[in-house]
Amino acid sequence: MQRNTFVRAALAAGAIAALAPGYAQAQGEWRPTRNVEFVVTSGAGGGTDVFARTVQAAITKHNLLPVSVIVTNKGAGAGAEGFVYARSAQGDAHKVVFATNNTWLLPLVSRVAFKADDFTPIGALAFDEFMLWVKYDSPHKTAADFLAAARAANPPLRMGGSQPKDTDQTLTSLIQRAANVRFTYVPFRGGGEAGVQLAGGHIDANTNNPSESIGGWRGGQVRPVCVFRREPMARGNLVTTTQGWHDIPTCASQGIPIEEFNMPRTTFLPPGTTAAQQAFWVGVMRRVTETPEWQEYITRTSQSTRFLTGEAFADHIRKDITASRDIFEAEGWLIN
Amino acid sequence: MANFDALMHGFAVALTVHHVTLMVLGVLLGILVGVLPGLGAPNGVTLLLPITFSMDPVSAIILLTSTYWGALFGGSTTSILFNIPGEPSSVATTFDGYPMARDGRATEALTFAFMSAGFGALLGVVVITLLSGFVTGFALRFGPAEYFSVYLLAFCSFIAFGSGPPLKTIVSIALGFSFATVGMDSVSGAMRLTFDFNDMIRGISFLVVVIGLFGIGEMLLTLEEGVSFKSADARIRPRAVLSAIARLPRYWVTMLRGSAVGIWMGITPGGPTAASFMSYGLAKRMSKRGAHFGKGEPEGVIAPETADHAAGTAAMLPMLALGIPGSATAAVMLGGLMIWGLNPGPMLFIERADFVWGMIASMYLGNVIGVILVLATVPLFAAMLSIPFTIIGPVIVTVCIVGAWTVAGAPFDLWLAVVFGLAGWAMKKLDYPIAPLILAMVIGDRAEDAFRQSMIMSHGSITVLWSKPLVGTISTLALVLLASPFIAALRRSLRAREQLPPAQE
Repeated sequence: MQRNTFVRAALAAGAIAALAPGYAQAQGEWRPTRNVEFVVTSGAGGGTDVFARTVQAAITKHNLLPVSVIVTNKGAGAGAEGFVYARSAQGDAHKVVFATNNTWLLPLVSRVAFKADDFTPIGALAFDEFMLWVKYDSPHKTAADFLAAARAANPPLRMGGSQPKDTDQTLTSLIQRAANVRFTYVPFRGGGEAGVQLAGGHIDANTNNPSESIGGWRGGQVRPVCVFRREPMARGNLVTTTQGWHDIPTCASQGIPIEEFNMPRTTFLPPGTTAAQQAFWVGVMRRVTETPEWQEYITRTSQSTRFLTGEAFADHIRKDITASRDIFEAEGWLIN
Repeated sequence: MANFDALMHGFAVALTVHHVTLMVLGVLLGILVGVLPGLGAPNGVTLLLPITFSMDPVSAIILLTSTYWGALFGGSTTSILFNIPGEPSSVATTFDGYPMARDGRATEALTFAFMSAGFGALLGVVVITLLSGFVTGFALRFGPAEYFSVYLLAFCSFIAFGSGPPLKTIVSIALGFSFATVGMDSVSGAMRLTFDFNDMIRGISFLVVVIGLFGIGEMLLTLEEGVSFKSADARIRPRAVLSAIARLPRYWVTMLRGSAVGIWMGITPGGPTAASFMSYGLAKRMSKRGAHFGKGEPEGVIAPETADHAAGTAAMLPMLALGIPGSATAAVMLGGLMIWGLNPGPMLFIERADFVWGMIASMYLGNVIGVILVLATVPLFAAMLSIPFTIIGPVIVTVCIVGAWTVAGAPFDLWLAVVFGLAGWAMKKLDYPIAPLILAMVIGDRAEDAFRQSMIMSHGSITVLWSKPLVGTISTLALVLLASPFIAALRRSLRAREQLPPAQE
């Protein structure tokens, strides 16, 4: 009897000893065990969709995951559909949400059933720039010309952009406040549509991302006036025969006192996921940003790549909420 | 001529064993997803997208566009055989296609549908080939006011010739409009009619409504009334296909008109669904046999089918040259384009001529392959009608439910499909027309956006609809079309009065 107990105890101890390394590994290093779903908070073909599919392509090509990746588009309600879906997948680290700053800004302006801190942050992988665009043959050569025309215009000049109360309209209100002008904001279904409307002369300007209007610039339909950035973009290849992105001056240097405005490309996990799962995905995303496919995507879409995670990402979100809340309040967009 | 040389170069790119194999695969896969309601062309193309990442762009676009053509062809099949549209743009095909099938003329209806669809598609590609430079300039002239006038025109041309009782038609339209408003309003950003239900954020999917109203509603009706397919033509008869092809040239006016409407709506882009409704409406108005429409008239199949496919192919041009997706499927392809490293825009035609012209050449080949493959399936599909309802009925219901699930993967949509199924049954019993509801849902959403955008731009003045020659012409045309039945009625009564006095003398 006593011996029996001893044997049992010894066996148990042995078992624990044998299992210990594996157990520690399971604690420290989580791995997906079934197919992973990328939940895209935009429709197919949208900026977030291209972002997610680029990550998917990089992961597949470099075997960064032991399982397959499926991309699903849940872009209804400015992405609310995707967030609500991910929120209900409590603790499921096999779902990754692809978003922008809409994760924390949408709940401020829209009655949606999620909050920014519901989700477990992975990180921001890139930042998309904003530019002021006019029609190619527009008389406004500089931002100062454009502002002077906007001040004199009655009825106001038409500024186009994507869905209301999102980045484009926020930037438009920032310009209005900073430069004391007034625009008529016309919301379209996306930057691509706003670009074509500008090329056709139906609106006077828009604040598209570089990738949304690069085709129009090369084709001599639209032209960037200035970039909302602290310094001009890094020297790169020519886009048209004479100019590249680096030749576009900053808006601040041209009389629109907005130092910086950009949009992060972010990734999140559903609520209730563990630190180990978070760490796993941070590792995967970091490796994605080091692949040539990612670099090629960044160059082609003229974004800035900067992998923001942990406390730095949390700090970015906090600061952005504070700054945006002020604008939203002044515009009367806050819902509570 | 420069375009012709470029096209020949494109054929050299597209006519390889590898590319032709991709076309055949794409078309077959497309027919499959097109036949299943719910699993439409956008889903099919989205599913294939990851596979294309490792391909070169020309092969990738050939695979995706061929799938699209296949899905457009396949979508008509179930419209005709079971009154269940596989694709939104095949709704108008049910109006006369299904009555033809019930009359035992399924083979004829399918053959007409596929042949005229192929004709429309080819004419669309020819226009793209010849007018690629001119067309992009034309599309740029379309601002919100122009878009709204086009939607108005589509609406008026269909509604003015509707056959249902006027009051019931209005109820049906109003219902369609209100279903289209559910979800986030894209002009104010507010949630509308969602009642704080998370499942309503998505809005009411048009596909789920079609599956319910047509698919499940039709099944309920068949259950109640008993099966009434005439099995006379259900045997496999390849000769019936050939004789139908021989009779097709008779309808050349309808085919040309349908193609013109489709090409125009594809370029502007109003979309294939609006094009097919508009073409059906015009054909009904202009045909000598207009009164027989809805009872199994071949022209009622040919008109929407040519327009549908002409719009589908023509929409590829604004997608490449301007980055405007003319349909949901084109939007997915546009995303693909970006991932393959291509930027849509006027320069694409110059810098990546091999890609653009390879794709255009593949559209000729892909559609020819599509017609041949799909015609080969006609006897097979027609034979499905001879399967007893006790077997085919449950299969159709299963496919409908699966289709409703694939739209968004949401259990809520299944209930929605069932509710709309009951509503569809009730509407048919009470003689409320379903088509106006569908049309209002499909283009109501976009028409509302365009209208409110133009109102923002004009600071609330309706005169914006007559502010430029182009928009003014389209708006006036729309109103004339809307008024034409009244004018015709007035003229008839006037003539009757003129003729009355001599009779009395």
